[in-house]
Amino acid sequence: MREDEVVTMRGIYKEFPGVKALENVNFTLRKGEIHALMGENGAGKSTLVKVLTGVYPKDGGEICISGVEGPVNIKSPQDAQDLGISTVYQEITLCPNLSVAENIFIGRGKYTFVNKRAQEKKADDILTRLNIPTKGAQQLGSCSLAVQQMVAIARAVDMECKVLILDEPTSSLDEREVALLFTLMRDLKAKGVGIIFITHFLEQVYEVCDRITVLRNGHYVGEYLLSEMPRVDLISAMLGKHAEDMTNLKNEKRAVSKDAEVVYSAKHLSSAEGVRPFDFVIHKGEVNGFTGLLGSGRSESVRAIFAADRVTGGSVEVDGVKKKIRRPKDAMKSKIGYLPEDRKGDGIIQDLSVRENLILAMQVLDGFFKPLSKRKQEEFADEFIKLLDIKTASKETPIKSLSGGNQQKVILARWLLTHPQYLILDEPTRGIDVGTKLEIQKQVLKLAKEGVSVTFISSEIPEMLAVCQRLIVMRDRKIVGELQGEELSQDVIMQTIAGGEVQNA
Amino acid sequence: MKKLFVALLVLVAAASFVFAGGAKEGAASGSGTIKVGIVNNPPSESGYRAANVKDFENTFNAANGYDVKTYYSLKNDEQLNAASQFITDGVDYLLISAAATDGWEATLKSAKDNGIQVFLFDRLMNVPEDLYEAAIVSDMPKEGETAVAWLKAQNLPEYNVIHIQGAMGSDAQLGRTGAMDKEFAAGTMNKVVQQTATWDEAEAKKIVESVINSGEDFNVIYAENDGMAKGAVAALDEAGITHGKDGKVIVMGFDCNKWALEEVLNGNWNYDGQCSPFQATQIDEWIKTGSRPSTKIVYNPERYFDAATITAEEVEQFGI
Amino acid sequence: MPDNAKQIENKGSGFLQKVTGAIKGLFQSQLAIPVIALLILVLFNLIRDPSFFSISINTNNFGNKVLSGNLISILNGASELVILAIGMTLVTSATRGQDISIGATAAIAGSVFVKILRMGNITVGTIILGVLTACVVTILFCLFNGVLIAKFNIQPMIASLILFTAGRPIAYAINGGATPNVQSNLINYLGGYIPYVPIPTPIIIVVIFIVAISIFLKRTTMSLYIQSVGINEKAAKLNGINPTLTKLSVFIILGVCVTLAGCMNVCRISLINHETILKDIEMDAILAVAIGGNSLGGGKYKLSGSILGAYIIQALTTTLYAMKVSSTAVKAYKAIVIIAIVVVGSPVVKAKFSQLKGIIASQISKKRESKRVQAEAR
Repeated sequence: MREDEVVTMRGIYKEFPGVKALENVNFTLRKGEIHALMGENGAGKSTLVKVLTGVYPKDGGEICISGVEGPVNIKSPQDAQDLGISTVYQEITLCPNLSVAENIFIGRGKYTFVNKRAQEKKADDILTRLNIPTKGAQQLGSCSLAVQQMVAIARAVDMECKVLILDEPTSSLDEREVALLFTLMRDLKAKGVGIIFITHFLEQVYEVCDRITVLRNGHYVGEYLLSEMPRVDLISAMLGKHAEDMTNLKNEKRAVSKDAEVVYSAKHLSSAEGVRPFDFVIHKGEVNGFTGLLGSGRSESVRAIFAADRVTGGSVEVDGVKKKIRRPKDAMKSKIGYLPEDRKGDGIIQDLSVRENLILAMQVLDGFFKPLSKRKQEEFADEFIKLLDIKTASKETPIKSLSGGNQQKVILARWLLTHPQYLILDEPTRGIDVGTKLEIQKQVLKLAKEGVSVTFISSEIPEMLAVCQRLIVMRDRKIVGELQGEELSQDVIMQTIAGGEVQNA
Repeated sequence: MKKLFVALLVLVAAASFVFAGGAKEGAASGSGTIKVGIVNNPPSESGYRAANVKDFENTFNAANGYDVKTYYSLKNDEQLNAASQFITDGVDYLLISAAATDGWEATLKSAKDNGIQVFLFDRLMNVPEDLYEAAIVSDMPKEGETAVAWLKAQNLPEYNVIHIQGAMGSDAQLGRTGAMDKEFAAGTMNKVVQQTATWDEAEAKKIVESVINSGEDFNVIYAENDGMAKGAVAALDEAGITHGKDGKVIVMGFDCNKWALEEVLNGNWNYDGQCSPFQATQIDEWIKTGSRPSTKIVYNPERYFDAATITAEEVEQFGI
Repeated sequence: MPDNAKQIENKGSGFLQKVTGAIKGLFQSQLAIPVIALLILVLFNLIRDPSFFSISINTNNFGNKVLSGNLISILNGASELVILAIGMTLVTSATRGQDISIGATAAIAGSVFVKILRMGNITVGTIILGVLTACVVTILFCLFNGVLIAKFNIQPMIASLILFTAGRPIAYAINGGATPNVQSNLINYLGGYIPYVPIPTPIIIVVIFIVAISIFLKRTTMSLYIQSVGINEKAAKLNGINPTLTKLSVFIILGVCVTLAGCMNVCRISLINHETILKDIEMDAILAVAIGGNSLGGGKYKLSGSILGAYIIQALTTTLYAMKVSSTAVKAYKAIVIIAIVVVGSPVVKAKFSQLKGIIASQISKKRESKRVQAEAR
C-alpha cells in the first residue's frame, strides 16, 4: 500500500444466489481526492460500497486501510466506522424530530447524561468549521434537504473519518443546494479526507471529481483521471456497446401530423392537489411532455388525468366519447396507463415478485373473478423480462431486490401489458442509469410509432427534447406555454419556465 | 393523534355504557321507603353473577319498600366513585360486592360518619370489621370439603381423580382445590391429573381427552364448575366411557346451573355443589328486623345435590 | 462402458438433486421454522411415549365407531384456532395490524346461534338459520372494526379494542342469564361425530373450510389485492384496486371465520359461556400467524404457515397436558417454547444461520478445490 492511499480493495468477489455481483474488482482511494464510482444500475457500485462498509461480507479479495497493518476484515458497519469509514446515504437516515446537535452526536457517546448546552456548542463549532448554514439547536426537520444532507455529512466527518462515502447525495437537491454540498466536499478534500462519490449525474462528476472508477456488470473496467477522460469515452466505458445508440435516438423521433385523431381531451380539469383547471389534448401516436420546475404542477396535472388524486372538476373525452374518470380504475378502463413519479411510494409493490408486479394492472382490469392462471402470468413475465431486458435473478424475485432501473422497467411492463392507448410516464428515468434511460426512451418512441400516445415527464430537459414532439410548460400550477417544432430548444424552454416573453404560445 | 383520541373516546363511551349501565333510579322516593345503594359486578361477569343480580333485583325493589340505586362495574375505582356518590345522595344502606379487596377503607369510613350502614355480600374486603354491619359470603373451602366428604362417602375401592381447576388464583379455585389437595397429599385419593382449564369448557374437554389418550385409568372427574364438568363429560361420551349414576366415572361439578342440575337429575352426573348467589333475603332480613349476626362474617348456607336423591322441584328451586 | 455408467450416475444424482432441491427450497422458505418446530414436537413426543400418536377405534356413548388418539385430539382441538388464524392472516396482511376482538365477536356469534336455537325445536333448518343469522350479525360487528380501520384509518389494534372490551358483555346481553345450553343430537353431531363418520366433525369442517377458502382465493384476485394493499396501499390504488373495499372484504371473511369458530365451539359443549368461549384465542391466532413465518407488519402472507402455526400451538398444549405439567406452569412452558420458535424465525437469527451456511459452504468448496488440485498434481 502506497503512502498516499487510504483504501485499497483488490480482487473483490461477491456472489448472491444466482447473481455474481462483483468479480475481481479493484478500487483505490487516495488521500484528499474525490473519487467517482460510476456504472449503470446493477453494475455493482452499491455492492462494492456495502462490502467496504461491512454490510455484506465479501466472498473473496482483500481490503487494506491506511494505518492498519495487513488486510482488514470488516464484518459490520460498526467495524467500518471504527476504521474511519463513514457513509451518507441517498435517503437521509437522521431523526428529523431531534435537533441538529443531537443528530450529530446521537448514539456516539458512552455517557448516560448529556450536557445539552455543551453539545450544541460543539455542534456549532463543527458546523461553522464546515460552513454549514445551520445551528446546533435547530430542529433537523426544519432545515432544507441539502442542509440535512450536510448534517449527515457533518456527523460522519466528526467521527474522524478517513473515508467518506456519499451514495447519491444530490438526487433530491436543487442546483443551489448541490453547489453548497460541493463546497463542503471540496473543503473536506482539502482537509485530506478521501471521498467516494456515487451519482448518476455526469455534470456533477465533471464538476467535483478528480478520479473515476468505472464498473460494468460487476466487473472492473478501469480507473481514470477525470481530466484525461472525455465524456463520450466515459459513457462508452460505462455502457460498452450502447454508446453509439444515443446519437441515433434523435433520428427516430417523428413528426405527428396535426390532423391525427384526438385520443384524449380534457376541459377545465382540476384536482384536489391544487392544479388550476386546465385544458389538454393528445393525439394518436403523439409524445408530449409536461415541463416546469419541481412543484410547478406538472406531476399534479397528469395525476389529475389519471384520477390519481381526487378530481374536483372538468370534463373528459376519450376517443371523442364523454367519459367519467373519477378513480384510477376508470382511467384504466379508458386504456390510460400511468407510471408514477414516486417509484417506491406509488409504483412497486415491494414484497411481491416481479411476476406479480408485472401482471397487477392487467389483473385488475380483467376483474375480480378472473384471475390469470399461473402459467399465463409466467408467460407474460418471461415475455416482458426478455422484451425489456429486465435484469432479475428470476421472475419470482421480490421486486424490491431489483435495482431502480429494473424496477422501473417492470412498472413500464405492467402498463404495456394492459395495451394502453395513452400512457403517462412521470419521470420514468429518474435515478436510473444512462443505459436503462436510453432503453426506456427508445421504448417510448417505439410505442409512439405503434400508435400509442405518450405523455413523458422528465426533469432533464435534453431528455424531453429527445423524445417529445410537444411540450407543455407549467409554472405555479398553471400552464404557461405550449412549445413545438422549432420552439423545442433548451433556450426557449428555459425562457418559458422562467416567465420571459414567449412567442407563439 | 386525533383519530386515536376519537377511538379512545368511543371506547370509553362504549365501555361505560356496557359496564356501568348507569346508576338506575329506583321507584318514587317516598318518606316511607328505605333508600339502598347497591354496588355490584355487572351480570355479564358470569352466570353466577347474573343470578346474584337477579336475586337482588327480586328482593330490593319498590314493591318491598325500597328505593334502590344500583351501580355495576368490574373496576374497583368506578365502584368506589359510585359508592361515594351514593353516600352523597344520602342512602340509608350501602350494599357492596367489591371488585377488588383493597382501597375501600376511606369510603366505608365516610359512610359510617354519615350514619350509613354497610353490608358486604359475596366478597369480603380488607377493612376493619367495625366499618361494616355484616357480610354474607360463600364459603368456598367448605364447598370443596363438602364435595370431597361426599366423594369419600361413596366408598369406592379406589379413587383415581381427574381434577379440573378453574382460573388459577381465583377464590373459587383456591377453595375448591384445597380439600382435594389434602386427599391427594394424604394418599387417600390418587391424582391422575390436575390441570387448569381456566373455567373454559372446551379446554376441560381437551384435558380429559388427553388422559383418555394416554390410556390411564380414572373413575372420578372433579371439575370446579359446571361448564368444565360438561366439557369433561363430552370427552367421556366421545370415548365411549360411561358416567353418572350407573356409569364407570363419577362426575362432580359446582355452581348449580339449572341445566347442570338436570344432568344430575337425569343421572348423567353424580354431584353438583351449590355456590349460592342468593344473599339478598338475608340482607333484607337484617335491614328490616334490625337484627345482626353474632359474628360479622356469615357464610351462606350451601347445599349439594346427589343424583340419588335430587328431585325435579329442587332443580326448579335451586337451579340458577 | 464409462459413458453408460456416467449416464446412470447422472440420472441418479439428478433425482437426488431434485429431492435435495425440494428440501433446500423448503428450508429457505418461510415454512422452514414451523415445519421444523412441528417435527421437533412430534419427535419429542415419540421419544417420550412411542404410542403418543397411535390411533384407535372406539365405540362412543352414542353407539358410533369413532377414531381417537392424541393426533385426532390435536387436529380436532385446533379447529377453531385454524379457522381464526386464517382470518387473522388475511386481516394482518391487508391492514398491517391485528383484530384483537375475534374472541369477543366469536362469543357474540355463538350467542346469536344459541339464541336462534333456543327459540324452538332444534332441526337442521334452525341450525342453518342460526349459523346464517350469526354470520350476518358477526359480519356486521367485524365490519364495525373494518370501517374504523379502512375508512377512518384507526390502528387495527385500537379499533378492535372497542369490541375486545364490549363484545362479551354484548354476547351476554343477547341471551341474558347464566350459561344457556342447547341439547340436541344434531348439535352433538356438529361438535362431535356424525353417525357412521369416524372423524370428528370439526376436523371435517376445517378441511372443507380450507378447501373453500383456497378455491375462493384461487378463483378470485383477492389474495393479490390483499397483499398489494398491505404492502403499498398507494401503489395498489394507482393500479385500480380499491383499498377500502379490499380491507372491508377482509373483515367480511373474518366475520365468516369468527362465526364458524364460535358456532363450532358452542356445538362441542352444547352451551355458551360468553365469558370463557374462545377466551384469549386472539392471542393464539396472532401467534399462529407469527409462527407461520408471516409478518405481523402485513403484506405477503402464506396461509399454510398460519395453519401450521395453529396446529403447532395445539400440539404444544396437548403435549403439555400429556406431560401433566402443573397448572401454574403450563402457560410459562407454552410461552418459552413459542418465544423460542419466534426468535429462531426472526430475521436476525435467520441471517446468522445463512451466514453460517455460507461459511460452511465455502469451507466445503475450498476442501474440494484443494482435493482437485491434489488430484491434478498427481
